[in-house]
Amino acid sequence: MVAMSKIATGNGHGENSPYFDGWKAYETNPFHPTERPNGVIQMGLAENQLCFDFFQKWLMKHPEASLCSPEGVRKFKETALFQDYHGMPEFRKAVAKFMGKVRGDRVKFDPDRIVMSGGATGAHEMVTFCLADPGEAFLVPTPYYPGFDRDLRWRTRVELVPVDCESSNNFKITRTALEAAYEQAQAANLRVKGLLITNPSNPLGTILDRETLKSIVSFINEKNIHLIGDEIYSATVFMEPEFVSISEIIEEDIECNRDLIHIVYSLSKDMGLPGFRVGIVYSYNDAVVSCARKMSSFGLVSSQTQHLIASMLSDDDFVESFIVESKERLFKRHKYFTWSLSQVGIGSLQSNAGLFIWMDLRKLLKEKTFKAEMDLWQVIIKEVKLNVSPGSSFHCQEPGWFRVCFANMDDNTVEVALMRIRTFMLKNNEAMVPRSKLCRRSSLKLSLSRRKDDFITSPGIMSPHSPLPTSPLVRART
Amino acid sequence: MFSLLCTGVCNLLIANLLLVEFLHMGTHDLHPHVVDHRQELKHILLFGFCYEDVVYSLPLFSHSSILYPVLVHTQQLPYRKGLTNSARKIDMAIENEQPAVGLSKVAVSETHGEDSPYFAGWKAYDENPYDESSNQSGVIQMGLAENQVSFDLLEKYLEEHSEASSWGIGAPGFRENALFQDYHGLKSFRQAMANFMEQIRGGRAKFDPDRIVLTAGATAANELLTFILADPGDALLVPTPYYPGLDRDLRWRTGVKIVPIHCDSSNNFQVTPEALEAAYECAESMNLKVRGVLITNPSNPLGATIQRSVLEEILDFVTRKNIHLVSDEIYSGSTFSSSEFISIAEILEAHDYKNSERVHIVYSLSKDLGLPGFRVGTIYSYNDKVVTTARRMSSFTLISSQTQHLLACMLSNKEFTENYIKTNRESLRKRYEMIIKGLKNAGIECLKGNAGLFCWMNLSPLLEESTREGELALWKVILNEVRLNISPGSSCHCSEPGWFRVCFANMSEQTLEVALERIHKLMEQRKSKET
Repeated sequence: MVAMSKIATGNGHGENSPYFDGWKAYETNPFHPTERPNGVIQMGLAENQLCFDFFQKWLMKHPEASLCSPEGVRKFKETALFQDYHGMPEFRKAVAKFMGKVRGDRVKFDPDRIVMSGGATGAHEMVTFCLADPGEAFLVPTPYYPGFDRDLRWRTRVELVPVDCESSNNFKITRTALEAAYEQAQAANLRVKGLLITNPSNPLGTILDRETLKSIVSFINEKNIHLIGDEIYSATVFMEPEFVSISEIIEEDIECNRDLIHIVYSLSKDMGLPGFRVGIVYSYNDAVVSCARKMSSFGLVSSQTQHLIASMLSDDDFVESFIVESKERLFKRHKYFTWSLSQVGIGSLQSNAGLFIWMDLRKLLKEKTFKAEMDLWQVIIKEVKLNVSPGSSFHCQEPGWFRVCFANMDDNTVEVALMRIRTFMLKNNEAMVPRSKLCRRSSLKLSLSRRKDDFITSPGIMSPHSPLPTSPLVRART
Repeated sequence: MFSLLCTGVCNLLIANLLLVEFLHMGTHDLHPHVVDHRQELKHILLFGFCYEDVVYSLPLFSHSSILYPVLVHTQQLPYRKGLTNSARKIDMAIENEQPAVGLSKVAVSETHGEDSPYFAGWKAYDENPYDESSNQSGVIQMGLAENQVSFDLLEKYLEEHSEASSWGIGAPGFRENALFQDYHGLKSFRQAMANFMEQIRGGRAKFDPDRIVLTAGATAANELLTFILADPGDALLVPTPYYPGLDRDLRWRTGVKIVPIHCDSSNNFQVTPEALEAAYECAESMNLKVRGVLITNPSNPLGATIQRSVLEEILDFVTRKNIHLVSDEIYSGSTFSSSEFISIAEILEAHDYKNSERVHIVYSLSKDLGLPGFRVGTIYSYNDKVVTTARRMSSFTLISSQTQHLLACMLSNKEFTENYIKTNRESLRKRYEMIIKGLKNAGIECLKGNAGLFCWMNLSPLLEESTREGELALWKVILNEVRLNISPGSSCHCSEPGWFRVCFANMSEQTLEVALERIHKLMEQRKSKET
């Protein structure tokens, strides 16, 4: 038998994680409202499906954005031939502008620092190849996106050292935790080359506050290690507090060594276009930009897609209204979902971003172990028929947390999911909310008011024990 | 083991000096082909010679007495810079200094290959590009293997099938397409690719869509396969001359080495069993584990298909050594006549697919369809484990679903593809004949070609000296005076100086005429100089 490499025969692909097991359950029996109403509902996939009508309207008005249309075909040849790894100037300009707008134009991004990659997956791997040698390490705060285990380690042979974060302080990244992780790496003879943060966080759905960001920047400068800020969810911050990007912090902090700062971005989450593989590496380090650009040959964005995205993101009106509308829809979905869960006694980490919530099912665990978490997860998949992602697959240090995605389905499917959860919780008799206040009519929907007026906006209210909102601003609609 | 023999060509002193400098170089100044054995070198008697800044060694314990050239990067050889010893060391120390904040070794190495003359010519072209109307004295780009002869067919298809290729009226298909990120790839696209590959081979081989793995271009495909088939420090054997990009694609991030299978003009640069064995032994003598052979068929830069008997020999060789065979068939649809291309798939078919789990085919639409910007590459493997692993790895380099959709439509249209393949071949053949004729009139011979977007031109009679320097000197004249960017054979690792790859399909016929006129003039000038 002819042999393959160690990389090929090992488990670095990461697919043995429970993160993917649930997907398999979903794939064998996927939910469909009419054909398979008892199928598994996919809540393990962080996709943003709320704004496609927006795109469709824009595409109708701009046929020239597609090379296939009569209006666009005259650009076909030059686009099809364009394979320059610098990327189309219009594309880079448009993406830089978009990134700036997402940050409220508080920072400007230089189009010449924009490097393409095969999605954020490709971007992370590429940055790792640029910054670290095999056997060196990156620090990553837990819980973190399971894909990092593959993206940062598989072919690069770099190690990941977790920075432990706990629920006791809402999983904040503390200086103590960073130092502890650094020391742990030293003790294991691992040379730390960088720290990777995801902000807004996956799976937490929270953003890093200014103090934490400043503390992180000072930490990496002190240790002279790189900081990679994955800001893939930057446009999904649907509620105060406002998003603070690492790009803003370094503008304010003149002492920060900019050669250490790199941002990974993509259009897969903010715009909901994962299929188009638009990954971006933005580095403040010239040598990294130059090296990454050369490496991008292994994962360039299709020029056909560059052309479309350039057209779309150059349209200021479209971009501005998209950003606002997307946030609004995410806000509404998030609010309804978390409120409904609270009605049956399920709480989640208070969050203001992302396409998911970090659901707290600790009190449902038979015992405080990861085995119990897995058992509960099996029940959720097999009996409740929801694919949610167990916290252990995100390397969470405490059992009982689950990531639940809410933006990858329509309103009806949300209702079906909530009904299944309600049924399950009622059966389990764990709900703390008085039964008389539970709504039993499945068609009852609550319309929540604009976030500025809604008293629920102040964080901390959304716990399993909060009473039903009685504010006159909330209107029940049957 | 290395050993260097001192001869009268350059005396012991210079050889020692050379070797002392060589031993002090930074790792990344070494030519990519050099295996860093310097620690060993220090301990054994010097037993070699250098000629034209190439250090030759005689392997002590080899069966054959084949000279294995250890190529040292010309620019790093200090005695050529005419500096003093200490100044040289300081100069190199500065060059070798790491940037203040640590980047990886991969990042600071030069294995990205962009310092090759292959790319230097492109810079000259970028600074002064030829234009039919606005810049008639500019540099004509003949170093870029692009296929521009068949765009009219593609444009016509799009005009007639606008909605299907896009997302339909009202773009109802947009959402599903934009969300599709499954690394299996669109089934319809894989089916269309399988059919297209079969059509190119005249139906003489069958392709299973479920064995097709999608990557963003053949660049990614070749790198990905290397990650799967070889460990860092292992070697792949590649026949010379070969596409310069392979130095980066197979080696840069993978840490795998290329050991050349030397081919020469005596038999039209065909691979021989002797050359295969020699390369294998050379790798062994350097303690490199050979994991596979990579061939490009039709060949870049030769512009010729590999003969059936040679393919059989190569397959037999890899089977005996129990190693892999990667066949990059990126130019398969660019053979001038359908019957002349024989794919490794056909050989396997003839053998009932025995021993096929070691064979993998790389393909792309960048050359045959002229769509390099769309980043469409594929790996076709007869090995289930390789397919599964490659598929997982393709996550780093998936093809945009927008592009998969467009091409699924286009390539599913049998009428379109049949006509395209036929017409494309014909247009390329005509173009090839035009350039061959023009070169012949100028007194220049080319290797007999039957495929590809270029011809392999023999300018060795024009060389001042039959060396790599001589070739580069001539190349500079052609670039700066004749203003044609062509690719010198040395950048393709050709062991015989004087050969050049000249692309002919990336320009209009008019531009090709202009280029031929310029070459004619050059030859006339040379002739009159002689008389």
